[in-house]
Amino acid sequence: MTTHPRTLFGKVWDAHEVLRREDGASLLWVDRHLVHEGSHHAFAKLAERGLPVAEPALTIGVVDHYAPTRNRDRINDPDIARMIRTLEENTARHGIRCFGMRDPRQGIVHVMGPEQGLTLPGLLINCGDSHTSTHGAFGALAFGIGATEVAHVLATQTIWQKRPKTMRITVTGQLGPSVTAKDLALSWIAQLGADGARGHAIEYAGPVIEALSMEGRMTLCNLSIEGGARCGMIAPDDVTFAYIQGRPYAPSGTAWDAAVADWRALTTDAGATFDREVTLDGAAIAPTVTWGTSPEEALPITASLPDPANLHGARADQARAAMDYMGLTPGQRIEGTPVDQVFIGSCTNGRIEDLRMAAAVLAGRRAKVPGLVSPGSALVKAQAEQEGLDRIFTEAGLEWVAAGCSMCVGMNGDLVAPGKRCASSTNRNFKGRQGRGARTHLMSPAMVAAAAVTGTLTDVRPLLEGRV
Amino acid sequence: MAGFSIIEGPAVALPQDNIDTDQLIPARFMSVPRKDGYGPYLLHDLRFDDSGTPRPNMALNRHPDARILVTRRNFGSGSSREAAVYALVDFGIQAVLAPSFGDIFASNAVNNGLLPARLPEEQIEALIARLGEGSAVMTVDLTDGVIRIGNEVIPFDLDPIWRLKLINGWDDIDMTASHGTAIAAFRSERAKSAPYAMLPQET
Repeated sequence: MTTHPRTLFGKVWDAHEVLRREDGASLLWVDRHLVHEGSHHAFAKLAERGLPVAEPALTIGVVDHYAPTRNRDRINDPDIARMIRTLEENTARHGIRCFGMRDPRQGIVHVMGPEQGLTLPGLLINCGDSHTSTHGAFGALAFGIGATEVAHVLATQTIWQKRPKTMRITVTGQLGPSVTAKDLALSWIAQLGADGARGHAIEYAGPVIEALSMEGRMTLCNLSIEGGARCGMIAPDDVTFAYIQGRPYAPSGTAWDAAVADWRALTTDAGATFDREVTLDGAAIAPTVTWGTSPEEALPITASLPDPANLHGARADQARAAMDYMGLTPGQRIEGTPVDQVFIGSCTNGRIEDLRMAAAVLAGRRAKVPGLVSPGSALVKAQAEQEGLDRIFTEAGLEWVAAGCSMCVGMNGDLVAPGKRCASSTNRNFKGRQGRGARTHLMSPAMVAAAAVTGTLTDVRPLLEGRV
Repeated sequence: MAGFSIIEGPAVALPQDNIDTDQLIPARFMSVPRKDGYGPYLLHDLRFDDSGTPRPNMALNRHPDARILVTRRNFGSGSSREAAVYALVDFGIQAVLAPSFGDIFASNAVNNGLLPARLPEEQIEALIARLGEGSAVMTVDLTDGVIRIGNEVIPFDLDPIWRLKLINGWDDIDMTASHGTAIAAFRSERAKSAPYAMLPQET
C-alpha cells in the first residue's frame, strides 16, 4: 500500500483529529493544556456554566505573567497578588498541577514546559498565550488560543480548528559568527511582513535549522507568531531527543525507546508539498534590530532607516508614525543610537544559552546604562548561578532578578518609563508594550549585552571576537 | 450568544497598519473582571493623552457611536488576549473591516460575535478616503457577504465556518457536547497509540 506523502504538520494534525464537520472545521484532541494567571476569564466561564475540567492531569498551571521579580514574599500591588492567587486557587480547586510562586520549577510557561519534559514531539499543545508556538521546536503542534477557546479546552480537552495552510522556510548555508536564531527570525519577518505567514503553519528546515540548539529552535519557533503564523515546527532529531531525555515528565526506560521510535517518523515525507516555500541564505543574515513598532520593522545593525518620502500610501504613514513614536530620524544609521536601559529575558530569549551568550559579551566589561536580567525560569536562574553568570551580570552593573515574563510585557510592574529607549531580548516592539510611551528595540541577547556595554545600539560581532 | 445576519450603523476609519492587541487593550488593564466592562480601555493610549484627557482628533472620540471600524492590514496582531475583543465589543463595535487580521484575534472575535471582515487593500483604502475624518452609515450583510454604503455594494471575505457560526450564534462548548462519545473513544485510542501523551493525575 502506498500512502500519500505528508508534511510533519500534516502527520501531527491527522493524529489529533477526532472528527471533521461538513463545513471543514476539525475537532482536535489536546495533549497538553498550559494555563497561567491570564486564564482567569476562562475559569470564570467554566464556573458560570458549572462545568468541571475534563482532564486535570493534562492541564498544567504556572505563574509567569504577573510574577514579581523582586520581593516575592510580600506583594504590595493588590491586583498582582489577586491574579496570582486566583490561578493558584483555580488550579487547586480543579486538581490541576501548578508551578506556583514558591515552586522551585516556576518560570515562563514556554521555558518551564520544555524544561520539565512536558513538551514532547508529536503532541498538540495549547495555551492562552500567542507564544505557544515555541513548543513547535520539538515537532509538537503548538498554538496560542483565546479565553473562549481556553474554556473550551478546559471543558472538553479538544479544540475546533480549521486546518491552516502550510509553509516551509528553508535556511541554507550557515549563520555567521554571533548571528543567532533571533536574527534569523527578525530577518524573515522583515522580509515577509508581520502578517507574511498569516493562516499558515510553518516548518523550518535546512542545514541552519539542523545546526541550531534546542534553545535556538525555541527562539525561532517562538517568533513564528510575530510573522503572523499559526504555529512553527521543526522535525525532531537527535538534538531534540538529547534535550528531552531524563527530564521529569519525559518517558523513560522502554517507554522512552518506543517513544523515540515513533518520533523519528515525524519528518516531512519526500514528495510532500507545501502551499508556500521560502528559502533564505543563512550567511546573508547579519545581527538584526528593530527600529519601529512592529517586528517587521527590522534591519541589519549595519543599515540605515528608510525614508518615508521614498515610500507610498499606507507604508509611508506607517514608517512616519513609527519613527515619530520611536524618536528616530528618516535615513539615520541605526547603529550608534543611544539607549537608556537594557532587558535580557522573556520566553523568546530567557534560556541558559541566551544568558551564556550575553555573559560572554559582558564578562570583564561594565554596562554604561542600567538594565535588568530576568532568567526564563527558576531552574535557568539556578543553572546560571552555578555557572557564575549572575556575577558577570551584576559586576557589569546589571540587576539580576527572579524569573517571569517581567519587562517583556510589564504586567508585574517591571516597566520602561515613557520616552525611554530599551534594548530588549523580547518579542514585541509594539507601542506601549513595555510601558506607556516605552521605545523598544528587539535584538538577540548578545546584541542587548553589546548595547549595554556601549550605551548605544551596536554591532556585537567585534565585541565577541575571540570570546565564543 | 445571539446570532445575527445584519449589522447597521456608523462606520469610521482608523487608517493605521498593525493595530496590535497591546494597543487595543494595554496590559495594565487586563486584570479587570469581564463583568466590569472593557469599553473604557479600548485603544486607551491612542484615545487619551498622558493626563487621561481624550484626544479630540482620535476617530473613536469624534464618533463614540461608531459600530463599524475600517482599518489597515494585520489588525489584532500579537498577543492572544481576548480582552482586545472584549474592549471592542464593550465599546459597541460590531464589525471590523481590514485587509488582514491576526489569526488568534479573528478567532476570538468570532467567539464573541464580532465580525472580522476581510476586504482587498484597494477597497479598504477607498473606504478610508471616503470616510475621511467623518462617519457614514454602513450595512454589513452576512447572508449575502457584502457591505452596503451609499449606493455601493462591496463583497467581503469571511471563512464560511465563521459565517455560519456568527449567523447561528453557535457556542462551541454546546456543539462539542454532542460529540462526547467520539472524544472518549479518541482518548482511549490515543492513550494506547501514544502513551507518552498521557500524564498521571496530580496527587
